[in-house]
Amino acid sequence: METTTEKKYTFKDFASDQEVRWCPGCDDYVILRAMQKALPEMGVKKEDVVFISGIGCSSRFPYYMNTYGMHSIHGRAPAIATGVKLANPDLSVWVITGDGDSMAIGGNHFIHVLRRNVNLNVILFNNEIYGLTKGQFSPTSLVGQKTKSSPYGNTQQPFSPGELAIGAQARFFARIGGNTPKEMTQIFIDCEKFKGTSLIEVLQNCPIFNDGCFDEFTDKKVREDKQLHVEHGKPMIFGKERDKGLVLNGLKLEVVTIGENGIEQEDLLVHNAKEEDPTMHQMLVRLRYPLVTGIIRSFDDVTLEERKDVQTKEVKANSKFRKTDDLFFAGDIYKVD
Amino acid sequence: MATIQSNKQHEVLEAVIIRFVGDSGDGMQLTGTQFSDTSAMFGNDIATFPNYPAEIRAPQGSLYGVSGFQVHIGSVEISTPGDEVDLLVAMNPAGLKTNLHAVKPGHTIIVDTDAFTKKNLEKAQYDSNPLEDGSLENYRVIEVTMTSLTKEALRDVEGLDNKSITRSKNMFALGMVYWMYDRSTEHTIEFFKKKFKTKPPLIEANTKVLNTGYYFAETLELIPNSYTISPAKMEAGTYRIIMGNTATAWGFLAAAEKSGLELFLGSYPITPASDILHELVKHKHFGVKALQAEDEIAGITSAIGASFAGDLAITTTSGPGLALKGEALGLAMIIEMPLVVVNVQRGGPSTGLPTKTEQSDLLQSLYGRNGESPVIVIAASTPANCFDFAYEAAKLTLEHMTPVILLSDGYIANGSAPWKIKSVSDMPDIKNNIITEPDENWHPYDRDENTLARKWPIPGTLGLEHRVGGLEKDRVSGNVSYVAENHEYMTKIRAEKIKRVQNYIPDIETEFCDSGDLLVIGWGGTYGSLYSAVKQINEQGYTNTGLAHFNYINPLPKNTEAVLKRFKKILVCELNTGQFAKVLKMNFNGFEFLQFNKIQGLPFGNSELIEKFKQLVK
Ligand SMILES: Cc1ncc(C[n+]2csc(CCOP(=O)(O)OP(=O)(O)O)c2C)c(N)n1
Ligand code: SF4
Repeated sequence: METTTEKKYTFKDFASDQEVRWCPGCDDYVILRAMQKALPEMGVKKEDVVFISGIGCSSRFPYYMNTYGMHSIHGRAPAIATGVKLANPDLSVWVITGDGDSMAIGGNHFIHVLRRNVNLNVILFNNEIYGLTKGQFSPTSLVGQKTKSSPYGNTQQPFSPGELAIGAQARFFARIGGNTPKEMTQIFIDCEKFKGTSLIEVLQNCPIFNDGCFDEFTDKKVREDKQLHVEHGKPMIFGKERDKGLVLNGLKLEVVTIGENGIEQEDLLVHNAKEEDPTMHQMLVRLRYPLVTGIIRSFDDVTLEERKDVQTKEVKANSKFRKTDDLFFAGDIYKVD
Repeated sequence: MATIQSNKQHEVLEAVIIRFVGDSGDGMQLTGTQFSDTSAMFGNDIATFPNYPAEIRAPQGSLYGVSGFQVHIGSVEISTPGDEVDLLVAMNPAGLKTNLHAVKPGHTIIVDTDAFTKKNLEKAQYDSNPLEDGSLENYRVIEVTMTSLTKEALRDVEGLDNKSITRSKNMFALGMVYWMYDRSTEHTIEFFKKKFKTKPPLIEANTKVLNTGYYFAETLELIPNSYTISPAKMEAGTYRIIMGNTATAWGFLAAAEKSGLELFLGSYPITPASDILHELVKHKHFGVKALQAEDEIAGITSAIGASFAGDLAITTTSGPGLALKGEALGLAMIIEMPLVVVNVQRGGPSTGLPTKTEQSDLLQSLYGRNGESPVIVIAASTPANCFDFAYEAAKLTLEHMTPVILLSDGYIANGSAPWKIKSVSDMPDIKNNIITEPDENWHPYDRDENTLARKWPIPGTLGLEHRVGGLEKDRVSGNVSYVAENHEYMTKIRAEKIKRVQNYIPDIETEFCDSGDLLVIGWGGTYGSLYSAVKQINEQGYTNTGLAHFNYINPLPKNTEAVLKRFKKILVCELNTGQFAKVLKMNFNGFEFLQFNKIQGLPFGNSELIEKFKQLVK
């Protein structure tokens, strides 16, 4: 992507003329605004930005962005976006998806875009429910959760999006609360800079069908004590008093308090997002106390486009075919007069 | 290793049909291909028909593991691989048993007697040895100990394992057939040199066995004479033998070059369409971007993404895959973007008969989507014109901004025939609707007055930022609109857009006669069979029989009704229960559409067609 120096955008440049129609109080508004604020900071041209979504409340997102966009079909946005990116690798491509859209009907495309490491960004609006179809459980809903399609409690085991993604070879995974717009904006900027597929899970509250689903981690009153916002190269420290942290005890992560049992800040684990081995990242993703947010994994690797590009150049250099006629008239041809 | 050419006296034949059959590991496809390529280069017209089991390596010697390759060569025009066989080469009892019915009485069968062991006879469910029990009395049977002779011939060649030795017995058979039909072994020896470049012992071995077979036939008293099939009178030009699937792939390559766009293929393997994928992935030197996707849905959706970004995008599949692509096809249709979907039909329903041919996806192609969702549907009719129709599909999709389904089928996709090579400069121009200069008054759903096609604004163009999607669109802005009459308007205009394609496609022309007693109607891959049957019945004096073969199905050619009116009886021939007949009935009132249908996973046979025509023209 070329960066622009001439034009400095503001968030208004990225807002389309369409009226935003999510329910009042929905975190989707926060994500939209964070994106509109992040884009001017990324140095990408407006006409190079493409949003591709599937189907769901969240997937209405492209309509509200004054960029190129496609509101496509349920679950298929990662595959469409892969096509966009392979056709034109210079574009800044964003996939907007929900937990039903990407983990249920689109599960296959979701894992494969990560495996291939296409250089695009996926924002997963996780509200642990189907919003648009009015409140059925989703593949991230908790066991026991009562929804319109699980009146006696959900009996299906949920996915953890981060675990699934890292298992599928995701090189970039970040998690962020739906009510922390500043941090979210920064993560969007960081993930655009990352070369490869970036996956950002946003813990998005759906006040209508699953209100407060993440309150235990995201409520203002508790979030500093319940969330560990990791940063690459920084110690894994959290808590209102910044006195809690993580250490490794055998093969498990353990919460410790600085000053207790002789623990000092230097004893805490230091976050290495760039580690290729996903073991630690998987442990961090799985943890429920504290819930780990921020960029958990950011491992640079070759992208699908780069691999294809190298191969195409090589084949081109070694081939005697320049025009299709060269192919048509090569090999076993014969003349009839 | 000299190539050999015999000087014997020959009986001259117009055409001959040869079928090679054996185990799926016996190399029958290769043997057949070599024979047909050699004959084509000699100047014959040819048509071929490979017929192989769905199992990759069925148990050796089993009845269902038989693999066959039929080739029809002639000094006259050849339009089908033919049905009745003049020469059957059977490498084992199972091959003999499953193919004997196709051999014309009095004609020749060559067998490898070494393969007629007790075990193989049992596997082929023979109670007694057909070579001994007199059951082949009506044929001229040439018994050859092919396996032993092959081993004997290769006794002194070094660097060969047992497996490669027995494997080359198919070349013994080929050598014999080359002698019988007065063909040179040269082309095949050249082929060995290329194929086994890194394995010289295999070049030597195969050449030796091929020549041994040739000399063996020459000295064998059981073959009293050999035959000549003179070159056919074909249009002057440069030719090559092409398979339908290759021709399809090449048509897209040509269209990409002509339109100046890059070609994108999103595909998931499925028989018999996979060879289009196999062919296109080779051509990275032309910048082909191919994605072997995780499934058919990703195949088509990645193509939709590529189309959105400005590539000539295609997806290839067969029946079950088209079923999966339905929803995405609806999306491409409502967002009105170019996309070609190739469906190489096979026997259905469901997984059906994966390696057999059928024409039963027609209604699926026309109607297999939710909502009112018309797209252009066209069909190729011969291995060679798969090239033209792939090109045409690309041209129509780009010029009319709508998805095009291109129907092919297993029969023409795997069959091969001479193709008079078309250079890209011979092909018609292809326009596209990409806009690069934003105009103040531009709206995403503005339409061309004539075609009703919308423009194609692609990401990266400043000033044309816009959103598309599957929700109903406002007729101008393309924004989401639930306005009642807008939906009706949009439904109608999308249909009208397809209808108007009639103005850009050729009229249907009847062959053999313009008016008369009987009009034979067909579409797609049955062209060769219908053409040769209608031709023959005309030659037999029924000169009031015409053929109308359709390549354009949605929309139908403008003059279709006028053509129907000129005949007393109309017979629609299809390899399904009558899907095109249904379409015709729906579109044209007041006609009686008689039907001839075959649903056996096989092409039409010549005699069954002629018999049916005669009932009607008497
Ligand atoms: C093929 C298909 N199946 C089902 C639906 C119905 N549907 C639309 S959105 C949705 C679930 C959306 O849930 P989620 O992805 O979590 O998004 P949210 O609405 O919560 O943002 C379903 C089942 C559809 N549109 N298409
Ligand atoms: S249903 Fe839930 S997710 Fe959908 S817009 Fe309303 S609050 Fe947001």
